[in-house]
Amino acid sequence: MDSNFKIFLKGIRDVSPLMIPVVPFGLIFGVLAIDVGFTPMQTMGMSLIVFGGASQIVLLQLFSGGASSLVIISSVGAVNSRHLLYGAVVSEHLSDLKLIWKIIISYFLIDQAFAISNEYLKKNKNRNRYFHLVGGGATCWVIWQSTTFFGIILGASIPEELGLSFAVPLTFLALLVNDFRKLINIFVIIVSGAVATFGYNYIPFKAYVIVAALSGLFTAIILTKKKKLYE
Amino acid sequence: MSNWALIFYCGIITYLTRFSMIALIKKEMFNDRIREILSFVPSAIFPAIIFPAIFIDNTGLFQIENNPKIIAAIIATIIGVVTRSIIATIFSGLASYWFLIFLV
Repeated sequence: MDSNFKIFLKGIRDVSPLMIPVVPFGLIFGVLAIDVGFTPMQTMGMSLIVFGGASQIVLLQLFSGGASSLVIISSVGAVNSRHLLYGAVVSEHLSDLKLIWKIIISYFLIDQAFAISNEYLKKNKNRNRYFHLVGGGATCWVIWQSTTFFGIILGASIPEELGLSFAVPLTFLALLVNDFRKLINIFVIIVSGAVATFGYNYIPFKAYVIVAALSGLFTAIILTKKKKLYE
Repeated sequence: MSNWALIFYCGIITYLTRFSMIALIKKEMFNDRIREILSFVPSAIFPAIIFPAIFIDNTGLFQIENNPKIIAAIIATIIGVVTRSIIATIFSGLASYWFLIFLV
């Protein structure tokens, strides 16, 4: 069995390619937060306390648009609803752990670490396999905090024309490259994407993320059932 | 509500969405069918972030004509499916986007 540290390092190695787009994302967040009126301390505090790129960007967007605190908090909750599903997926691998480890790992359960470690956890059954998730999460933590910091310092000197925010959908797209090879997954992707795009302005509280995800899962339930009937 | 309170509450709700399922769900609660459905979670959730970021502009309007992000995303998807490489997907997408907005 590999040592805890070795698995931790493997988590770092595996998640590293996904960290490249996190760099512009963190910088953009730092720059934007100062721009919409948060102090440098609050901006850094947001990255430390919330530690979630999508949540923090949604927070900024709604804050600058003058949304009420209740709407901002519920929207952040809706954007984060995907973590419920991540948690449900990885909890199977963590159920033997002590509560303190569950508390620590929960803080690191972010998109990139989940995507990478979910693959690892499925293939490996060693008892200390969760160190992979800690390694991936900790790597992302370091990158996120340092790029937030540099974003605050750099401020407005990053040209907006570069359109670096486009790196965000590209990152998520890159996480799906294997799923584009499977027919049912393609249907699920299209349904979820269409619901999110067309519901974006109509579904209240930015809940389009959870509504789209549930539509996608519902599609998966129906199609996998149909597939079984024909097998 | 002060900015700090807002940040704190957003942090709490973010953490709870991560922690609640890990703390509540037991191994025995999963059968093969649930596992199969949960394997579709990434395909069900990531498009909800990807598609609006491509098709909807900063002002919240649906943008399909004259939108370099659509072409760049299609190129990135093709490169991604062929190479299965995360880095190649991201860079081909960014490179084609910059090519389209700066050179075309």
